[in-house]
Amino acid sequence: MVVLVDGINYSAWLFLSAVGLTLIYGVMKIVNVAHGSFYAMGAYAAASVVGYWTTNGFNPYLSYLALVVAAVLAGFVVGPPIERFLLRYQYEKDEVVILLITYGLFLILEDVIKLIWGVNPYFVSEPYELLGNFEIAEMSYPNYYLLMVGLALVVGLMLLYVLNKTRFGRLLVSVIHDREISAAMGIDVGKIFVLTFGVGCSLAALAGAFTAPTISVTPGLGVEVIVLSFAVVVTGGLGSLPGVALAALIMGMVRALCVHFAPQLELFVIFSVMALVLAFRPRGLFSLAETRKI
Amino acid sequence: MSIDKPIFRFAVFLGCLLLASPWLPQWAMFMITIAGANGMVVLGLMLFLRAGLVSFGQALYFCVGAYATGLMTQMFKFTDIFVLLISAGVMSGVLAYILGFLLAKYRAIFFGLLSLAFSMILYGLLAKTEALGSTDGFNIPAITILGWLPPQPLVRVTILAVTFAVMLLCLTFVNGLLRSPRGLLLTAIRDNEIRTEYMGASAQRTIHLIYVIAGVLAGLGGALAAVAVGHIDPAMAFWTTSGEFIFITILGGIGSVLAPFLGSMVFGVIHTVAFANSPNTWQMMIGLALIAVILLLPDGLWSLVSRMKKARA
Repeated sequence: MVVLVDGINYSAWLFLSAVGLTLIYGVMKIVNVAHGSFYAMGAYAAASVVGYWTTNGFNPYLSYLALVVAAVLAGFVVGPPIERFLLRYQYEKDEVVILLITYGLFLILEDVIKLIWGVNPYFVSEPYELLGNFEIAEMSYPNYYLLMVGLALVVGLMLLYVLNKTRFGRLLVSVIHDREISAAMGIDVGKIFVLTFGVGCSLAALAGAFTAPTISVTPGLGVEVIVLSFAVVVTGGLGSLPGVALAALIMGMVRALCVHFAPQLELFVIFSVMALVLAFRPRGLFSLAETRKI
Repeated sequence: MSIDKPIFRFAVFLGCLLLASPWLPQWAMFMITIAGANGMVVLGLMLFLRAGLVSFGQALYFCVGAYATGLMTQMFKFTDIFVLLISAGVMSGVLAYILGFLLAKYRAIFFGLLSLAFSMILYGLLAKTEALGSTDGFNIPAITILGWLPPQPLVRVTILAVTFAVMLLCLTFVNGLLRSPRGLLLTAIRDNEIRTEYMGASAQRTIHLIYVIAGVLAGLGGALAAVAVGHIDPAMAFWTTSGEFIFITILGGIGSVLAPFLGSMVFGVIHTVAFANSPNTWQMMIGLALIAVILLLPDGLWSLVSRMKKARA
């Protein structure tokens, strides 16, 4: 039971952290290494906002809303300009080259975060403690777990809805399938790219913002998130939404099992799952066949 | 494998550096040694890049080489540098041979991310293994050369000399490889793998081969770095270490076997200067340099050298 609850909670966290990455890859074919920096920025923005919120004595229950706002702000202030003024001119290049550019961005953003927020840790556990605990099988868990799971579900369902039911989503799907034909049909691909990049970055920041109350916010916190989200996204199949959900669930559960029975293997096991899945399904669980070009 | 002119000149240059070593400060010798060790890893990455592949996990073999060295000194009390180097090369070569069966089937982004997964597996294992010092790692004792223990003031220069010797050996080997039909296949695979296979060559076997070679090179680099620093820890396998290697590869370019060493030397200087002047923004400098190189000098620093040569001719 403990394993199940921990597993679901960790899965929710993995899903939130990774979903933005897969969205950006699916639409733009960019493997965004700077994803972890947006996660970290979300966490720092949340720390600042919540700190401001509690010192001014605003309604503590509204601080969750503040977290969301902080995340979207962090994602949309920094993300779109990067796409518009740097990445936009690089799409001709190889995926791997673009990956290296985002790696450079990651290095830059890591230090920008240090310059803005300093190197001392922030603690903002108020939203975490506020919700109290619930009990299952005589074990007590923070209600914040439920919030994370709920948030992951809401984000997942919203993305599904937007992709399948709205006009923007349909335009997006057509851009995913063929960028050039979509442009020829009069879709403003540039605008869609900016928006997608912004949304993807905000999702990373959202994950960071909602994790901030449970940890101490310190420099370098995005570094591990990047590789974990890579693992999840690649296991699920790059660019696949159900893939991320399934991979996050599998990895969350496996890790929870591992933490309970063999805690020293924690990191090992996540990447082992990834290597195992890739060994049998080279492009991940949910992957589209790619045409070979001669 | 004939020794050609650029490599000969490089050897003479290294010889002069060694002769000048009594006047070099200790930190400079250390920096050059580390640059040489990094250059070995990057030499392997350059082979990958010739075939159009980028590995995000070459730190795996760097770390395996270092830990092989460490284990030899801890468990068997070997301190002879040649024994250490050979065991590091063999360990990483065997591992690369085994993993190569799987990785040689992957291309583009998947090759990079799968190799990343393997290096993170090793990191996860090492970081939680208390017998090997967990995240703290452990120290490497002083090394000997064929039974001779260099006295304290000569340690740095001895390791430097060994590094140079290993570097030149590997350079000559890789240079010969690149000129062989097998080496020329790499460019063909990058340009069009299917057509290459129609010619009757096996892309998979070629990539497997360079995967093993690159693994051995990285292992040797790891062993050299381990004895130079005197300490090893699991961060050597962390993905940021691989990222640094890739940065050096891009910085140097793939135009020549000397390019990786040019790149790692420049990286060493940027790193030292940036770190000394602003410890909080050195990553930013490296990041800016990376983007600048990709945008302005897509073929790396070596393209400046070859441009100069063309202008002269």
